[in-house]
Amino acid sequence: MSRNALGLWTMGVLSLVLVFGVPAIVETFALIDFTLFIAMAILSLSLAFVWGFGGILCFGQSAFFGLGAYTYAVAVINMGESTVPILLGILLPVILALVLGYFMFYGRVSDVYLAVITLAVSLVFYYLIGASAGEEYKIGSARLGGYNGMPSVPPINVPGNPSAAVEYEALYVPAAVLLAVVYFGLRALLASDFGRVLVSIRENEARTELLGYDARRIKTVALAIGAGIAGLSGVLFCAWGAYVSPTVFSLVFTAQIIMWILVGGLGTLTGAILGCVLIQYLATWLGETKIADVNIVLGAIFVAIVLLVPSGFVPMFARLGDTLMRRRGEAGS
Amino acid sequence: MTGPPLLETRGLTMRFGGVTAVAGADFTLGPGELRCLIGPNGAGKSTFFKCLTGQLRPTEGEILFDGESLVGEEPHSIARRGISIKTQVPSLFDGLSVAENLRLAAARTRNRAETRAAVDEIVGLVGLADRADSIASQLPHGQRQWLELGLVLACDPRLMLLDEPTAGMTKQEVARTAGIIREIGRDRAMIVVEHDMQFIQMIAHRVTVFHQGRILAEDTMDNILADEQVRDVYLGKQAGAGRERSDA
Amino acid sequence: MDLAVVVVIQILYAVASLALISIGLAIIFGMMGVINFAHGEFLMMGGYAFILSYNAGVNFWIAMLVVAPVTIAVIGVVVERLIIRHLYGRVIETVLATWGLSLFLIGLAATVLGYHQKGVNPPFGTIRIGAYQEGGYTFFVIFVTLALMAALYVGFKYTRWGLIARGTMQNAQMASGIGVNVDRVYATTFGIGAALSGLAGAILAPIAGVLPEIGVTYVVKAFITVIGGGAVALAGTGAASSLFGAVSQAVTFLSRPVVGEVALLVVAIVLLRLLPLGITGRYFRRGL
Repeated sequence: MSRNALGLWTMGVLSLVLVFGVPAIVETFALIDFTLFIAMAILSLSLAFVWGFGGILCFGQSAFFGLGAYTYAVAVINMGESTVPILLGILLPVILALVLGYFMFYGRVSDVYLAVITLAVSLVFYYLIGASAGEEYKIGSARLGGYNGMPSVPPINVPGNPSAAVEYEALYVPAAVLLAVVYFGLRALLASDFGRVLVSIRENEARTELLGYDARRIKTVALAIGAGIAGLSGVLFCAWGAYVSPTVFSLVFTAQIIMWILVGGLGTLTGAILGCVLIQYLATWLGETKIADVNIVLGAIFVAIVLLVPSGFVPMFARLGDTLMRRRGEAGS
Repeated sequence: MTGPPLLETRGLTMRFGGVTAVAGADFTLGPGELRCLIGPNGAGKSTFFKCLTGQLRPTEGEILFDGESLVGEEPHSIARRGISIKTQVPSLFDGLSVAENLRLAAARTRNRAETRAAVDEIVGLVGLADRADSIASQLPHGQRQWLELGLVLACDPRLMLLDEPTAGMTKQEVARTAGIIREIGRDRAMIVVEHDMQFIQMIAHRVTVFHQGRILAEDTMDNILADEQVRDVYLGKQAGAGRERSDA
Repeated sequence: MDLAVVVVIQILYAVASLALISIGLAIIFGMMGVINFAHGEFLMMGGYAFILSYNAGVNFWIAMLVVAPVTIAVIGVVVERLIIRHLYGRVIETVLATWGLSLFLIGLAATVLGYHQKGVNPPFGTIRIGAYQEGGYTFFVIFVTLALMAALYVGFKYTRWGLIARGTMQNAQMASGIGVNVDRVYATTFGIGAALSGLAGAILAPIAGVLPEIGVTYVVKAFITVIGGGAVALAGTGAASSLFGAVSQAVTFLSRPVVGEVALLVVAIVLLRLLPLGITGRYFRRGL
């Protein structure tokens, strides 16, 4: 069996365990924590796709995430039913990404300049929503609340039935299913012609264009797909905590997302999930035990990875595994 | 020449700050024609190619392909009109295999089955059939040149631009490249930039000489070799130097 | 009339403080092509170096103008040796590693010094302009920034060291071929950039106060100013901070500070779309 097929089967089995096995054995409290990790893992996947495969260094992934969360909050408070708000929470970030992508890629902005623009967009949201503290800042009946955020956001409900709320531990299974759908969806996308061309743009943009592919359009679409997934993650996050505040747009949050990807390894989807869960878990654990300041530990890891394991952990272990398999193969023959 | 030209440039000029790389080039290429472009280093040949493919936007002048203007078009849309380029330094997808490189180029205009057939055909044509699964970055230089030739071919262009296709090749490889080019040049137009006179004699009928961004002469290879003026600006200087290569 | 004077002074101050927080980053980016995302923490540490040494009995001006830049220069040289040196030529990796460093320094400052704000009162009292008052320290900041820019210009343009530095940045291989110790030039340049950041942090401490996380507010503005300015350090910083500072302060007057902040970001976004290599990517290319 090829490594790719092996990986696919492994991930298939793992996602079944995640959806059906975990809820059966884990306590309710832990399940609620896991739901948050899953929402974040979806966000991590969105940047892993855009940055790791599209080569687009987006420092504004939190803008799409936050926009998704706020859109959901505002819409569900006004509508009282969650189906349309969820879709809006995906749609608005996609529209933002299409506008931004048109703005940046068609203007041939790249690399670090692209990072600055996306970061600036994220901070525009941070300041604007942060300044919305007064009574007068309302969208329909939803008060934006400035830096205090929006509390008491209604939970997701069974489509068409607002009284059947899917909250607390009940949110776990839908979230896990969504994670699996996003993961396998992205894998399929990357295996398609679109995915191949996207990766080829990352490898050699000039050559791809000389072959007749429109890199600007393809990168815009990739950014939009990433934005939609980030928006979905934002919706889950907001529904999970019944709360959202402008910190989702902050620099610190953006740094975290980038770190998840770096830990897991750029250019792998599995790594993005692992890196996210690992760092989240570590941060939570440090916060509870107070052994050391979270920033010191995360910062040191961040630096160490860039300097010592620049490819991230998953590709490193994959290489180790390959070497071991080959050794065993040689020993057997 | 019979019929309307496939490619025509009028007064094509490209300036970089104070430097004029192409200075009002009037160039015409007939359908199906194979033309060689020669000239000393810095004569503006590569810049001329970059203008044709949209990688550079000319400062002045007009480029007509099949009677339609190309000035201001994006590289990808020029590629879609049927102009394909092999750049001076091979530009490949280094992390992908030979077959994957070709598939990427072939897949834009073909469905899955056609793509597979085209890849199989081209990989044999450029002599890489036994290396189809090798990663591009691991190929020796000569084979990288052939792979890029294959990429260009997989786009099924009407006009191929080849910038120094034999750079860095051994004598046998040069001969083989000439064979490949003659083979694929049978049904499409081609402009080849080269320094290697023997190679040019193997493939070309007509030769255009570039000098200081202008077209200095245009004639058959034999007449060009006999031309005093050409020898002064180009061949004379190279006589003792052997085969010289530029990376610029 | 008085109001107009006050408005002009405020705009000058906005431009000056933007240039002040950016110049250290700009020198490092312009000369070395390195983006130091821990720049904000260099300012934060400069502020602490000033306030802590002043509280410990050091003279106010010595603490601000000597202790802070020297301390941060030393830290900068250490950082260059431990982290930056291994990542030359890899812009994105440098951004990421220094971002990690930034988190680390925030955590370290918080652990050692606590999360509460420290400050000192700005000297010079206030100056009356008709019906309005303006802090004398405002004029000091504007003046110091101008003096600093002038000194840097002279330093790079007319000193032996400036020539060596500029030569190395143009072509490191050639410079080392004619006997320049390139490693030392890089370390020195980074140290000078860090010293400027430390100085800026100290100068702004009496106005903004210091706390472990204050770097975050500085770094984004500095980052945007430097990238908006482009690769030519002094001219770029001057041009970009004039544009961004003036726009954000003018908008602040017309509406309120937060809208001014947003205006700065929007102008930066549009600027980078129009001039993808920053202002000096098109203008003042031969400047310093």
